[in-house]
Amino acid sequence: MATAVGVVVFPGTNCEMDAVAAVEGLGGDGRLLWHGDQDLTGVDAVIVPGGFAHGDYLRPGAIARFSPMMGAIARFAADGGSVVGICNGFQVLTEAGLLPGALQKNSGLKFLCQPTVLRVESSDSSLTRRAAVGSELLVPINHFEGNYTCDAETLARLRDEDRIILRYVDNPNGSVDDIAGVCNEGRNVVGLMPHPERACDELLGSADGAVLISSLLDAA
Amino acid sequence: MPDVSEPLHRALGLTDDEAEQIDSILGRQANGLELAMYSVMWSEHCSYKSSRIHLKRLPTEAPWVLVGPGENAGVVDVGDGIAAAIRIESHNHPSAIEPYQGAATGVGGILRDIFTMGARPIALMDPLRFGPLDDARSRWIAEGVVSGVSGYGNAVGVPTVGGEVVFDRTYQGNPLVNVLCLGILPTERLVLGQASGVGNLAVLLGSSTGRDGIGGVSVLASAGFSAEDDGDKRPSVQVGDPYEEKRLIEACLQLLDEGLVVGIQDLGGAGLTCATSETASRGGVGMDVDVSAVHRREPGMAAHEVMTSESQERMLAIVEPEGLDRVLAICERWEVASTVIGRVTAGGALRILDGFDGEVLADVPAASLHEDAPLYDRPRTAPAEPRGPMADGLAPPVDTGADLLDLLIGPAWVYRQYDHQLFLNTVVGPGDDASVLKLRHPTTGAETGRALAMTTDGNHRWCAVDPRGGTARVVAESVLNLACVGARPLAVVNCLNFGNPEHPEVMWQLSEAIDGLAEACEAFGAPVIGGNVSLYNESAGTDIDPTPVIGLLGMVDDLDRRPPGATLVDGHRLVLIGPDDVSLGGSLWGSAHDAPGGILAPLDFGLHQRVADLIRALVADGMVDGVHDLSAGGLGVAVAEMVARSGVGAHLARVPDHRALFGEGPSRVLCCVDPERLTDVLAAAEAVAVPTTRIGLATGDRLIVKGLLDVAVDDVRHAHEDRLPEALGAGTTNR
Repeated sequence: MATAVGVVVFPGTNCEMDAVAAVEGLGGDGRLLWHGDQDLTGVDAVIVPGGFAHGDYLRPGAIARFSPMMGAIARFAADGGSVVGICNGFQVLTEAGLLPGALQKNSGLKFLCQPTVLRVESSDSSLTRRAAVGSELLVPINHFEGNYTCDAETLARLRDEDRIILRYVDNPNGSVDDIAGVCNEGRNVVGLMPHPERACDELLGSADGAVLISSLLDAA
Repeated sequence: MPDVSEPLHRALGLTDDEAEQIDSILGRQANGLELAMYSVMWSEHCSYKSSRIHLKRLPTEAPWVLVGPGENAGVVDVGDGIAAAIRIESHNHPSAIEPYQGAATGVGGILRDIFTMGARPIALMDPLRFGPLDDARSRWIAEGVVSGVSGYGNAVGVPTVGGEVVFDRTYQGNPLVNVLCLGILPTERLVLGQASGVGNLAVLLGSSTGRDGIGGVSVLASAGFSAEDDGDKRPSVQVGDPYEEKRLIEACLQLLDEGLVVGIQDLGGAGLTCATSETASRGGVGMDVDVSAVHRREPGMAAHEVMTSESQERMLAIVEPEGLDRVLAICERWEVASTVIGRVTAGGALRILDGFDGEVLADVPAASLHEDAPLYDRPRTAPAEPRGPMADGLAPPVDTGADLLDLLIGPAWVYRQYDHQLFLNTVVGPGDDASVLKLRHPTTGAETGRALAMTTDGNHRWCAVDPRGGTARVVAESVLNLACVGARPLAVVNCLNFGNPEHPEVMWQLSEAIDGLAEACEAFGAPVIGGNVSLYNESAGTDIDPTPVIGLLGMVDDLDRRPPGATLVDGHRLVLIGPDDVSLGGSLWGSAHDAPGGILAPLDFGLHQRVADLIRALVADGMVDGVHDLSAGGLGVAVAEMVARSGVGAHLARVPDHRALFGEGPSRVLCCVDPERLTDVLAAAEAVAVPTTRIGLATGDRLIVKGLLDVAVDDVRHAHEDRLPEALGAGTTNR
């Protein structure tokens, strides 16, 4: 059975079909999940994809966290289910309290769509278990609010517990400690600003993201 | 406020003759609401009254054209059951006054034109032209426009995959903000903006109607700017909401998927007046519109305000009464407001009512609003004086290297702010000669192994010295840009940005440019399937240089590798393919030295076609490892751009003087060729009688043109990449 990956759609989400395409390209089964529903029956893993959920009104993720589906996802995660938030999905997961920290405006105060090089810092997470620690991946970013921040105590914990799973080799947005992706204590919930689903095809410039999506399919 | 002593029709921008014509259509004196409706529909922007007689000369037909000019977008059949819809529009005047919202609503408007046809918008392109970087207001406009495109386009979820950015004094006070959108649809879903079926309902979808943008087409887009009064026009600029538009797109595409709409039309320029009259008139029916049913953003709006408001993110769907409940349910799911505001009627009358059974506020023949608009054959006069000092008469540069660096301006600062990768189609994105998008089926997502390619091009310097020849060369450049990514042309859309049509010289420029466009499109077999005319681009009495912008859609028949792009590979040979006939007349270098005049190098359509065919074949067969069309700035700028992008130096010989380095001429491409393939490449050119010059070698860390210049690769990169961030705010120092 192919791994069934649920991809959440809020009004304003726009990367849902790209996430489904990446999952299916790697042998998974992508299914759209409407934000107003809360049924995760048959879903093995969840992606909260990129876009502008609820128009980013108030601030990114601030309204999306109240959707019924987010309650279902919190229960799914508490039961050990793998959940990955990409870009706006990462913002949603921090607003929902499933991941620590917050994403503020890029230090250059401009939207940035460009390739970045990521270094894998931990292979102990649902998104990186197939990736070798120290390996470098070419994966694009596409965000205005991708500047990861957290208090000093949280940062120390993230470091001590090996929960910073991806770092930028050349920090594009001012993120503290070059953080590109983190996981929760259970290592089953992951958030990252770069878009691995955009890096699964050499014709589009890179296939380095496939190792991350494949890890998620394994983890489920 | 309008002068109270002035007759109402004049305050609304109608001439006395036009007002008389309206009265004779109605057989009585028009009331205020009716005059307001005619004034927006007969504005230059909506009626093309100054350009229509000339636009008829354009070739518009080909076997693959499904919809030509006159609809919301042109549509071509691209095979495998897929059709492509494309349109280009200008939002110049709003962007001059309120750059962020002007550009944002330009994006919003063009998207609606595309999904109105039943197509999902998959890509945007933004050809942008601003005043010089040393002018503070021009920098403010540039930064605001780019932020507006970024803010709206990214959030609405359509990638911006290319465009242009040009800075020149001719656009000081009147920037050009053109926006092109491409959509794809299953061929069988093609819908047209028309009403039919007496008793069907007109449902207004989307945003509430407010006082924003009232008279946008007549106040803004159909008059020039004076020096002082720009601030007064700000309330005529609309305000955009990309989140509303995103939900509107998804709701409308679902309505179309489920076959629930008979016809659908966006509300753009002239708002409800345009949408109701056009759908009725195209369907040969009439419509009763209950103006009191329109959901509003503020109380106390008069009927004429509701009927001419240009509030954004609204659509008008014509639905059968039995489908209404499902339509309303789909809208509710997407949180899109929807209200029945009209009924399709027999006859041809557009009646505006206060309640379906209430007072008749206006009663006009729907077709008369856009079919009976006056057509003007305005006086045309060729300019008596040649344009400015001749560039060929200038002394050679003192420091050729410094001159070259001054001409470089890389667009990365702009396109880094645009999502250019969404939908996983972007094989070649912004910054190259043309963009390449994988062609996949819009509903099944099935790969076709083929790709669509797009480019937008304009060159006001060429068109200023020779509007006809310049426009033809712009089309030729587009064809060559497509060839550089391995694509053949399918169809042209155009955005004709010109000055005040009441100036005979501007009308002459427009007419000449249309002839040049027609000649080139005929020669290259590319039909014109849509366009936009933007007139009154003037500031403080000075018209802009004529700036026809061409959008060319093409096809890559076999996408099995990424085209090499404008790059260099160390140790490979540089071959200039095409003639060596160039001119400094109308060149970037001449203009930079205040000598914009001269004569353009000749364009031979037959030779150009052979060069394009050759380049397309070389790219498709993987025979070249770098390829770049020679355009503004000539050989010098082309090789410098390849150096900047690759970080590899180049040594050029056989460039006798600055004229050969900076001179511009059509049908020329610089290729980077593996020494082992050199003989084959030269033979392929010779076989089709295309001249070639072995001009140098890609190597090292310096750009050297023997006898002319010697500069470090780092200096070339710095000039190319840092000019915009340094002028407009760094954003990030990361590369």
